[in-house]
Amino acid sequence: MSPVLDIAQAGVRFGTGPAAVKDVSLRVAQGEIFGLVGESGSGKSTIANAVMGLLPATARLDGSIRLNGEELVGLSESALRVRRGDEMAMIFQDASASLDPTWSVGDQIAETIRAHRPVSRAEARARAIALMGEVGIADAARRYRDVPHRFSGGMRQRIVIAAALANHPKLLIADEPTTALDVTIQAQILELIDRLRRDHGTTVLLITHDLGVVGQVCDRVGVMYRGELLEVATTEDLFTRPAHPYTRALLAANPAGAVRGSRLPVIPQEWSTESLDAANAARDRRAAHG
Amino acid sequence: MSRMLSFTLRRLLITIPVMLAMSVLVFMIIRLVPGDPVRTMLGFRATDANVAELRDQLGLDRSLLSQYLSWLGNLLQGDLGTDIISKAPLTELLAQRLPVTLELTGLSMLTAIAIGVPLGVWSATGGPLVRRLTEGFVILGISIPDFWLGIMLVLLFSGIFLLLPPSGWVPFAEDPVENLRRMILPVLTLAVGEAAYFLRTTRSAVGTVLEQPFVTFLRAKGVSPRRIVYGHALRNAGPSIVTVIGIQVGVLLGGAIIIETLFALPGVGRLVVTGITQRNYPVVQAGVLTIATIFIVVSLLMDLLIGWLDPRVSDAGTS
Repeated sequence: MSPVLDIAQAGVRFGTGPAAVKDVSLRVAQGEIFGLVGESGSGKSTIANAVMGLLPATARLDGSIRLNGEELVGLSESALRVRRGDEMAMIFQDASASLDPTWSVGDQIAETIRAHRPVSRAEARARAIALMGEVGIADAARRYRDVPHRFSGGMRQRIVIAAALANHPKLLIADEPTTALDVTIQAQILELIDRLRRDHGTTVLLITHDLGVVGQVCDRVGVMYRGELLEVATTEDLFTRPAHPYTRALLAANPAGAVRGSRLPVIPQEWSTESLDAANAARDRRAAHG
Repeated sequence: MSRMLSFTLRRLLITIPVMLAMSVLVFMIIRLVPGDPVRTMLGFRATDANVAELRDQLGLDRSLLSQYLSWLGNLLQGDLGTDIISKAPLTELLAQRLPVTLELTGLSMLTAIAIGVPLGVWSATGGPLVRRLTEGFVILGISIPDFWLGIMLVLLFSGIFLLLPPSGWVPFAEDPVENLRRMILPVLTLAVGEAAYFLRTTRSAVGTVLEQPFVTFLRAKGVSPRRIVYGHALRNAGPSIVTVIGIQVGVLLGGAIIIETLFALPGVGRLVVTGITQRNYPVVQAGVLTIATIFIVVSLLMDLLIGWLDPRVSDAGTS
């Protein structure tokens, strides 16, 4: 089956600066949750914004990004806007900041529908209430008119998810969707994303720096470092047989598996280009033999 | 709805002490005149009998508190006092003068909003050329003094082009078209400076909102740029714009005093100016009281509008 998201040799450069993303290729199949991990500045959010067409005007994007076989690179802003919120959607780290504080939550969900479907106000409202119920807002009809600050952080992220998925897009990009939430709420939001992808067959690109999140829901994982995609593996393989030395360092630095009282290993600050090349070559050799 | 109702009641309660404090200030004006206010009012040729009569009429021989309370009592019954020169009741006089001032400031405010807010949005969303043009307008509008602009407009439209009358006033009920024609120059004079303030405020408020993360999410939802600006950014910028409008109403009422004199409009401002030159203190008192009351009422309305625009404001202190 052809992948829902097919990124080939994508590169992003801001102004005249160094490449923020270099030669990244990855494919995500329908219904899959693909995790993209890496430290801050590794380029994972830049890839997400490139797919959505939300890069700033100074950014230069090359390579190919296909959504359901359709090329997105080179599309006009208005052509991309028609696809955003309809065929592809994105949610962000801070749900409180993602919602307009002066609009009722229900209207913000209905707005996504009305931006893409010729439905009446009442119809959009009814759909929005149904969506609120689906993402777990109790008493949705009564809470439709409430403004965001009357909801908890976890509830707000549920509303953001409902607004993003209102038109049942094929692809959901979740950029650190649980980072701003506490651990129990984190798990609930991840379960919600997982349930929605199973119910609707949504493909999910989950961007995170948290390997615990990856282990909970991702089918496959890509590891990014300094704008490059170092390795792609199934979640199980990544945790049990990491191919790339950087991935091993990243796994070793995960506090979840640490022994109390011992120091956490530190990822070397600078991986020189040579060591990265050598490590990549070693990974490729192992892949060829394995 | 109950949110707005309780917010309105709370805001109305706050207005009561503000009005009282304002009335004390206005009351004190006449008592703070150096020397004997009655002799100042009547001039040095007044006889002792005249002075005694006026002092008795104004109640100045009684204690301050009792004077204030009876003045306040009369105010609450709608009695602003008496003009000491014409002996006319001030309530009637102000009822004639107030519509002129309200028309002048109201039309100026609406014109300034109609120019300043759309230009501000344009400036916040447009390119560098738009930015430079609007910035030029802001600098000119804020720098040019009202009275100078008024004189120049009169020179241009009544002196050179003979399009509009230089001054004077016709009641709206008598001849609406002529009334509005005579309002054009004074309204423009007041509106240009205000429009510049509203442009600047709108530009910075809308610009700030457009940098908020929720705008990125709106774009990710596929919402059109037009709707992002007018449906979301302008609504979020609303409280800042309304706050500045509320403050500028005070500036405008002050400006109206000059402009009414310049264009010979029979408004409250000109009444106060005449009252000051004739040392007709009850008139000054009543005029200032009226203008201050308008300002307080407008501030109240603006606060209610802000509470309606931003639910976080009206929610504060409810629970």
